[in-house]
Amino acid sequence: MRFLSSLGGALARASKFIRRDKKAAAGSIILFVLLLITAFPSWFAPDNPSAEIYTPGVGLSWSHLLGTTSFGQDVFSQLIVGTRQSVMIALIVGLLSTILSVGIGITAAYSGGMVDDALSLITDVVLVIPTFPLIIVITAYLKAASFWLMVFVLVITGWSYGARQLRVQALSLRNRDYLLAAKARGESSWYVICVELIPPMTSLIVANFLSSALYAVLMAAGLQFVGLGNINTESWGTMLYWAQNNEALSIGLPLWALAPGVAIAILGSALALLNYAFDEIANPALRPVSARRLKKAEA
Amino acid sequence: MRYLVRRVGFLLVALWAALTLNFLIPRLMPGNPAESMMAKFHGHVNPAAIKALEVAFGINNHQSLISSYFEYINNTLHGNLGLSLSYFPIPVSTVIMRALPWSLGLVGVSTILGFVIGTALGAVAAWRRGGLLDSVLPPVFIVISAFPYFWIGLLSVWFFALTLGWFPILGGYTETATVTWSFSFVGDILWHAVLPAFTILLTSIGGWILTMRNNMITVVAEDYVKMARAKGLKPRRILWQYAGRNALLPNLTGFAMSLGFVISGAILVEYVFNYPGLGFTLLQAVQNEDYPLMQSLFLLITVAVLVAIFISDIATALLDPRTRSSS
Repeated sequence: MRFLSSLGGALARASKFIRRDKKAAAGSIILFVLLLITAFPSWFAPDNPSAEIYTPGVGLSWSHLLGTTSFGQDVFSQLIVGTRQSVMIALIVGLLSTILSVGIGITAAYSGGMVDDALSLITDVVLVIPTFPLIIVITAYLKAASFWLMVFVLVITGWSYGARQLRVQALSLRNRDYLLAAKARGESSWYVICVELIPPMTSLIVANFLSSALYAVLMAAGLQFVGLGNINTESWGTMLYWAQNNEALSIGLPLWALAPGVAIAILGSALALLNYAFDEIANPALRPVSARRLKKAEA
Repeated sequence: MRYLVRRVGFLLVALWAALTLNFLIPRLMPGNPAESMMAKFHGHVNPAAIKALEVAFGINNHQSLISSYFEYINNTLHGNLGLSLSYFPIPVSTVIMRALPWSLGLVGVSTILGFVIGTALGAVAAWRRGGLLDSVLPPVFIVISAFPYFWIGLLSVWFFALTLGWFPILGGYTETATVTWSFSFVGDILWHAVLPAFTILLTSIGGWILTMRNNMITVVAEDYVKMARAKGLKPRRILWQYAGRNALLPNLTGFAMSLGFVISGAILVEYVFNYPGLGFTLLQAVQNEDYPLMQSLFLLITVAVLVAIFISDIATALLDPRTRSSS
C-alpha cells in the first residue's frame, strides 16, 4: 500500500514537473506523438512502405511529402512505419538494461565486501571495453541481427554505466538512519531495498532509463546503417542503409538519406530533453537561471 | 603509489578480459568461419588461406580449448595476428599498420581538440551563468547529441561537398596524387580531413561542454572562489586558475569513460567518408568476412582505449592529490 501511495505521489509530482518545466514538456509531447505513431502507423502512413509502385526518385510533392526512393517507394510512409522499430528498441533496451543496472548496482552496494568488489570489477571492465566494435564483431558472426538479437547485444553492452552510477548513489544512502532503522525493525532485505532504498533513487533510475534508451536508438541506427541489422525490415537505420548503398546524396535524393536521421534525432532529442530535465530535478543547482534574477541575488 | 598499483592491476585485468573475449567470441558463435569461406568461394579458395584460418580459430586441429587458448595468448603477445583473408597473404599487422596513422591523425587530433575546446567553452558558460553561452550552448548540444554521429557526416557531405563543392566527398587523399612528403600532398591530406574532423568535433564537443559546465557550477559556489573574489583577484585568473582547475578533474575522468563512445562514432564517420583508418578497415573486414583482420582490429581498438584510460587515470592522480591519498 505504501508503495502504491508513493507511486501515486511520484506521478503527481511528475505531472506537475512536466507542466512547469519547458524541456520536460517538449520531450513528453514528442514522445507521446511517436508512441501514437508506433501504435497506429496506418493512421499516418498513406502508403505501403515497401511497395515499389511510384515514379522513382521524385522530390518533394503533395502526393509524396518527402519524395520517393530510387526504387519508387514513398519515403514518408517508410519513415512512419519505421518509427515502430526505433521506439521499441529504445523502450525495450532502456527497460531491460535499467533493470540490469539497478540489480547489479544495488546488489553491489547493499552487499558490500567481496560481492561488491567482484561486481564493481565486472562493471568497470564492461564499461571500458568499447562497445561498438564489440557489437560489430558479434553481429558480424551472426550475419543479419534480428530484432531480439539486437536487443540482447545492446542490453549486455549497455548496462554498466548505469550500474556504476546507481552503486555510488546506493552506497551514499546505505548508512542513513532511516535504512538502519528499517533493518533494526527486522525488515527483510527485500523490503529494505524495494521500499526504503530504491524510492529515493527514482530520479536517477529514470535518468538511467532515458540515457540507455538514447544509447540503444543511436547504436541500433549505426548498426543498421552499416548493414549489420536485418536489411529487409522497416526501420530508420535500414532506410539509411539503402539510401547510402544507392548513393542517395549523389543522385539528388538527399531527403531519402537525411529524413531518417532527422527522425532518429527527434526521438533522441525527446529522450535527451527529458533526461536533462530529470538531471535538474536531481541537482537543483543546474536549473536554468535568468540573468536578471542572478544580478538581483548578487546585489 | 597504492593508487598506481590499483590502476595497473585494473589495466591488466581489462586487457586480459579483452583478449579472452576476442578468443571466445568466434568459438561461441554459431557457424564456422573456415566453412563459411569455403561456401562463399564454392571451394575455390586458396588452401593456404584456409590453413591460416584454421590456425587462427583453432578449427580441425584437435587441440584442446585450453592449449589453443595459451597458444593464442602467446601469438597475440608476440604480435602474430595471422594473415588477412581479403588482402591474402599480407599479414594482418601490415594491414593494420597501414590504417593506423590515418586514425591516429584524424580521430586522435579531433578528439583531443574537442575535449580542449569543449572544456573551455563549458567553463566560460558556467562562469557567465545565464549569459549568452550558458543559455544557447546546452540546448543546442542536447539536440546535436541526439543525432546519429554518422548522420552529421552525411549532412556535411551533402552540404559542403556535394552542394557547395568546397571539400572532397570521400577518401583520405586524392587517389591520383603522388605520395610524397611535399607541401601539396600534405595539404591534400589536410583538405580531405576537414569534413570528417569537423563531424567528430561537432558530435563529441557537446558532452565536454555540458559536463564541464555542470562541474563549474558546483565549484564556483565553493568558499575558496568567494575568497578569491573577496581578495579582488582578476576574474580571468579566478576562472582558469582557481575554479577551472578543480572543475577539470571530473571531466578528465569523464574523458576516459566516454572515449569508447567517441571511438564508436569515429568508426562510423570513417565509414561515411571512406576514410582509410581503422574503423573503415574494420567494417570492410566485416563485409569481406575477413575474420582474422576483424578480430585483430577489435583487439587493437580495445587496447588503445584501455591505454588511453590508463593515461588519463595517471594524469588525474598527478593533478589531484585526493585520488592519491584516498582509496
